[in-house]
Amino acid sequence: MMNNLIILPIIIPIIAGMLMVIGRNMLIFHRLLSLVANISVGLVSVLLIEQIRVDEIQVLNLGGWQAPFGITLVADMFAVMLVLVTAIVTSCCLCYAFSSIGIERERHYFYPLVLFMIAGVNGAFLTGDIFNLFVCFEVMLVASYVLISLGGTRIQLRESIKYILINMISSFFFLAAIAFLYGMTGTLNMAHLSILVAEIGEGGLMTAVAFLFLIVFSLKAGLLLFYWLPGSYSAPPPAIAAIFAALLTKVGVYAIIRVFSLIFYHEPSVTHQFIGILAAITMVLGAMGAIAYGDIKRILTYNVLIGIGFILAGFASFSPAGMSGTVYYLIHDMITKALLFLLGGTIIYLTGTGKLKEMSGLIRLHPQLGWMFFIAALSLAGLPPLSGFIGKIFITRGTFHAGYFWLGGIGLLSSLMVLYSMLKIFMNVFWGYTNFTEETEKGTTKGLLLPIGMLTALTFTLGLGAEGIHEYVDMAVMGLMDPSLYIDAVRGGNPW
Amino acid sequence: METCMSIVIGILFAIGTYLILSKTLLRIILGTSIIGHGVNLLLLTMGGLKKGGPPLLSLNTLTFTDPLPQALILTAIVINFATTALFLVLSYRAYKVLGTDDVEQLRGYNDE
Repeated sequence: MMNNLIILPIIIPIIAGMLMVIGRNMLIFHRLLSLVANISVGLVSVLLIEQIRVDEIQVLNLGGWQAPFGITLVADMFAVMLVLVTAIVTSCCLCYAFSSIGIERERHYFYPLVLFMIAGVNGAFLTGDIFNLFVCFEVMLVASYVLISLGGTRIQLRESIKYILINMISSFFFLAAIAFLYGMTGTLNMAHLSILVAEIGEGGLMTAVAFLFLIVFSLKAGLLLFYWLPGSYSAPPPAIAAIFAALLTKVGVYAIIRVFSLIFYHEPSVTHQFIGILAAITMVLGAMGAIAYGDIKRILTYNVLIGIGFILAGFASFSPAGMSGTVYYLIHDMITKALLFLLGGTIIYLTGTGKLKEMSGLIRLHPQLGWMFFIAALSLAGLPPLSGFIGKIFITRGTFHAGYFWLGGIGLLSSLMVLYSMLKIFMNVFWGYTNFTEETEKGTTKGLLLPIGMLTALTFTLGLGAEGIHEYVDMAVMGLMDPSLYIDAVRGGNPW
Repeated sequence: METCMSIVIGILFAIGTYLILSKTLLRIILGTSIIGHGVNLLLLTMGGLKKGGPPLLSLNTLTFTDPLPQALILTAIVINFATTALFLVLSYRAYKVLGTDDVEQLRGYNDE
């Protein structure tokens, strides 16, 4: 099915961003336009979801070039759901940024940069061409390079250099992997690649290329190769860090899921088991970090890693139950990570410090903030009726069914560690003697509680309404487990 | 020809890796740039170095070159150029603010 709607989530943010560059000092216009652009992307994705539900996967051949030759955009349920969540999370983070990011950053193109990054993220979700995936990654990364260094404080400059270097090197690996794959198959279209790899068979050389892709995406996702992540994600201000934590690593996760369910799915005992091992090590190391540090930002960044490990543990099981857990948990993780980074940022904003030892008794002055943090912590740990619960159940069941008891066990233990690290923050920050008054506070929560409240409500509704989105998740999982659906949609009846 | 290209690519990767492992920021950036060239040559070589006419419909030759690797390289060069430029500007700014271009001194947590 040809469908021109698919291009909109990519070009709406780009056009809006370019309009903003023209009117540099009209900040109200910037704010409004960035919000409108994100909401319209959300509406487009809702429309797309409805169309996919009725008549399957939607495809757009850009410029009218037939599928294996031109660039194809493919909107399947999994991708469009992530586009929708991206739009929601970004809108909330933008609302938070309105009253916290500061006029200097706003004047230096904060909103256009966020929109360009979102264009890259949406492009990476929707593309059906492996080289186009690389280009979308770069669009997203170049914008994120600027966002991470925007403001130019000492820590930001120091961390952005490491961030850029590690991402440039992983981009080179990505190009090299594409070169090898092109040399062996002679195509770049992912559906066509899937067919050709199935014909050639996943021998030693093809598996080596698969591992090269895995290295690249692991670097972006923070799967085991995460040493750059805790530093980089604690450098920028909370609104930017929240967008990064919610979206950038998840794009890497999405790429792993897409490539290893569509192209390299023939040797799950090698590739998928290896992903499972990486996920287990990531969860263990992330849990260690989350317990060891006494600094809010550090604890939260290590929790990002545990989330990544857990999502990919479900994928490693490569069973329908594990996959639907992965989809549920991916959506949940995008929302709660944004929520937690916004909450952590607010706490640091109020107290002026990130160290747990230096603050206490915040709940007396900010009860709403405290209780929302508590809900977010429980949601992250996966307690019912919040959104993490259903994903955790499915992922654990999937890993147990696949016989990876060690993986499921480590996943459950890591959830316990998540709860411990979250309650450590909660008890230190909100309980105890109130050691400051409203006068000695460094900032106010004015305007900050609304986006946080929206995300909290979302984690509640997602948990209670899990049954409601069940049909859509099932469709997404069906597409992931059966590559022929994707291939047939892209091929559109033409013989290859 | 392909063998010769593989050796050249290997040398470029080796030089780039050596430069990236050094301590000065400028050398690191030059290293990424050289690895970038190596990767571009790799893209060109992996498509197979075919000889033939340009892939145009009106030409009456029997063999055509594959245009796709060249299109990919063009895109990769543009992206590489943009990121290198950004990286250079940022490292200059970092040198001005932090007062050092030695990556050994960029690790500490003391000024958080």
